[in-house]
Amino acid sequence: MKKQHKINRRTFLGNSAKIAAAGIIFNKLNATTKKHTPWDGEIKVALVGCGGRGTGAAIQAIAADQDVRLVAIADVFEDQAERCLEALVEKYGNSEQLLVNKETIFIGFNGFKNAIDMADVVILATPPGFRPQHFSYAVENNKHVFMEKPVATDIIGIKKVIAAGKLAVKNKLNVVVGLQRHYQRSYRNVKKLIDRGSIGRIISGQVYWNGAGVWVRPRTPQQTELEYQMRNWYYFNWLCGDHIVEQHIHNIDVANWFIGATPISAQGMGGRQIRNGKDHGQIFDHHFVEFTYPKGQVISSQCRHQPGCMNRVDEVFQGSQGKVHVHSANYGLIQSHRGRKLYFHEGENDVNPYQQEHNELFAAIKKGEYLFKDFNRGVNSTLTAIMGRMATYSGKIISMEDALLSNLDIVPNNLTSFEDTAPITPDKNGSYPIPIPGVTKFI
Amino acid sequence: MDKFLLLIFISILFSQIETFDRSEFVKYDESLIGTDFSFTMTPVDGNKFKMGSPESERRRRTDEGPIHTVILSDYWISTLEISWDLYETFLLRNQDSILANNQSYIIDIDAISGATMPYVNYNQPGYPVINITQYAASQFCKWLTAKTGHYYRLPTEAEWEYACRAGSEKAYSFGKASKSIKSFAWYKNNSEGKLHKGGLKKPNALGIYDMHGNAAEWVIDHYNPQGYSNTDNEQVNPVQFGEKLYPRVVRGGSFKDGPARLRSAARGYSKELWKRRDPQSPKSLWWHTDAIHIGFRIVRPRIIPNKNDLEKYWIKPIKEY
Repeated sequence: MKKQHKINRRTFLGNSAKIAAAGIIFNKLNATTKKHTPWDGEIKVALVGCGGRGTGAAIQAIAADQDVRLVAIADVFEDQAERCLEALVEKYGNSEQLLVNKETIFIGFNGFKNAIDMADVVILATPPGFRPQHFSYAVENNKHVFMEKPVATDIIGIKKVIAAGKLAVKNKLNVVVGLQRHYQRSYRNVKKLIDRGSIGRIISGQVYWNGAGVWVRPRTPQQTELEYQMRNWYYFNWLCGDHIVEQHIHNIDVANWFIGATPISAQGMGGRQIRNGKDHGQIFDHHFVEFTYPKGQVISSQCRHQPGCMNRVDEVFQGSQGKVHVHSANYGLIQSHRGRKLYFHEGENDVNPYQQEHNELFAAIKKGEYLFKDFNRGVNSTLTAIMGRMATYSGKIISMEDALLSNLDIVPNNLTSFEDTAPITPDKNGSYPIPIPGVTKFI
Repeated sequence: MDKFLLLIFISILFSQIETFDRSEFVKYDESLIGTDFSFTMTPVDGNKFKMGSPESERRRRTDEGPIHTVILSDYWISTLEISWDLYETFLLRNQDSILANNQSYIIDIDAISGATMPYVNYNQPGYPVINITQYAASQFCKWLTAKTGHYYRLPTEAEWEYACRAGSEKAYSFGKASKSIKSFAWYKNNSEGKLHKGGLKKPNALGIYDMHGNAAEWVIDHYNPQGYSNTDNEQVNPVQFGEKLYPRVVRGGSFKDGPARLRSAARGYSKELWKRRDPQSPKSLWWHTDAIHIGFRIVRPRIIPNKNDLEKYWIKPIKEY
């Protein structure tokens, strides 16, 4: 690499300037608090992406406000849409809130447009590779959005989301991103206390998503290559982004949030040692990344998908005057370095954050308030995770600037049917190209 | 059905009715063939016992009464709560082709549903598996049956209480609530809010560990808030199968509870809230998100029921949206 990546103020400012020049704005835009007109009548909602998470999000949207009407659902897979409807009918079969019917179930690669067209608010919950396209379409058509994390799998996708985000701000469209820890009391309280200086300045931290892994959907004989990849999407980067992006983003996002910045560079290692079969596509089963932040803070990030090993999913930070431990089971502990308890969160009866994010979104929409620009953190945290992936795949130090200027583009934007060519193809043995540190340039 | 076929069917059925397990009725280690794992089963002699607590018992709740007599047949119960590492042999299932010889009960191991990987877990070796659904606990028993040829299942509530009491009619197996609770149980006052490794405290008179505290434990029974008011006396091997997913009984209290919830007769029950942070719909059949205090142990009845009854003891999955 031709550049040195010293962490000092000058490099940081230099990078910031270049990043700004590339059209990226990290600053939070101030929320407008001008007069607003309350929503009148029903709020029509469409779901795009009918998997388990999308179905869950649709249920939460319905539960958020009695004026919500789920009017349409869209998916590329008919069976998936059917299962989704089955769940919705089971839960809300007799409710006037469920208005999906045969004519408003849209199957196919462009079904999302029909569904979005019918709605005021859209839920975007397909595999993340499609998010930039769907988010852009939703915002261009003036819809409020709830979208799942991550918001992209490549840099071109990130830039699309940034562009659409600007339009959302202009048109005052509320956008909530499913980084639900931001809607969880334990995390919010701990963040407040950190901002008030309860542990001084954060110096370092460790964030983890070490688990056994997720489902595999093996190839079936009648599938085209594209259908196979979209069914077994977790294992293909253009769809999933690897688990460091798809799952570990939650923990990386907490680091960004608590520190209040986005890292300037990443370096790390990773590979696939256990999960390396034919139905495991191209992703790694472990990544370890050091993220360096503008003021020199270093976050170690571990994510592993290997069964039988130690599992932990949580975040730990060391500050100049104390330490913090948080995890998603409503757990939050702040201590002095000597172990004195400064704050312990009693969260047994806290509201479910997956519900809370919808409650707040729909409350804002109903009051006519413009409160949510979550795409900012969605973009920053997705980009951070992608930068980490680039570091583990390449074995090099990757700066934020490197990541952005790569213009990595792995998602086709004109798919119309399962007969289309998949963006990645297996070799004659059925294996996919796998990133090799030291050899792979960027993925 | 053809009469001849019916006859064959009946004769097969009869051949499987109430098979008496001819194994010696002693403590034994069950090895999981193809793995390094084994677990210990302790024999519990069947007998009459008084189930429930007297109104005079301190901090007793009404669902624990009235006291009634129950008759139980012989069974073995696992000396420890089922541990993460033991449960992982079922999660991974990479030795399913290796089965025990001379199986006294045979089922097709390939027909048993595989569990999904836990969303978040705390899988330290030797620590009880937790956040587990009753169905997932029960499927482990079914798999264990296929693997070992011995019929395993969750305990009934009566079997659990009898094994917990180990002959004591007082509030705890070790007598009344007293200073000694801390030597027998991990509970609110000594757990530091955490689960602990199995078997570190004193066992009860039968040699069984952690019945009081650490992880609360699944039993088969549906929970009835009215207690035992409609329960007949002197029932033999009673069990309350439930059609609904909630509430079902958990016993023994956990590391989170104060002493009162650890009493031998105290009854806990499952709640929908235990899956509230599951982001998917349908929700997981296998894992809770907010039940890090719930685990299980297993029993092996000495008399194997007939095939139809036997399947009932392995809980059916119920979808939850």
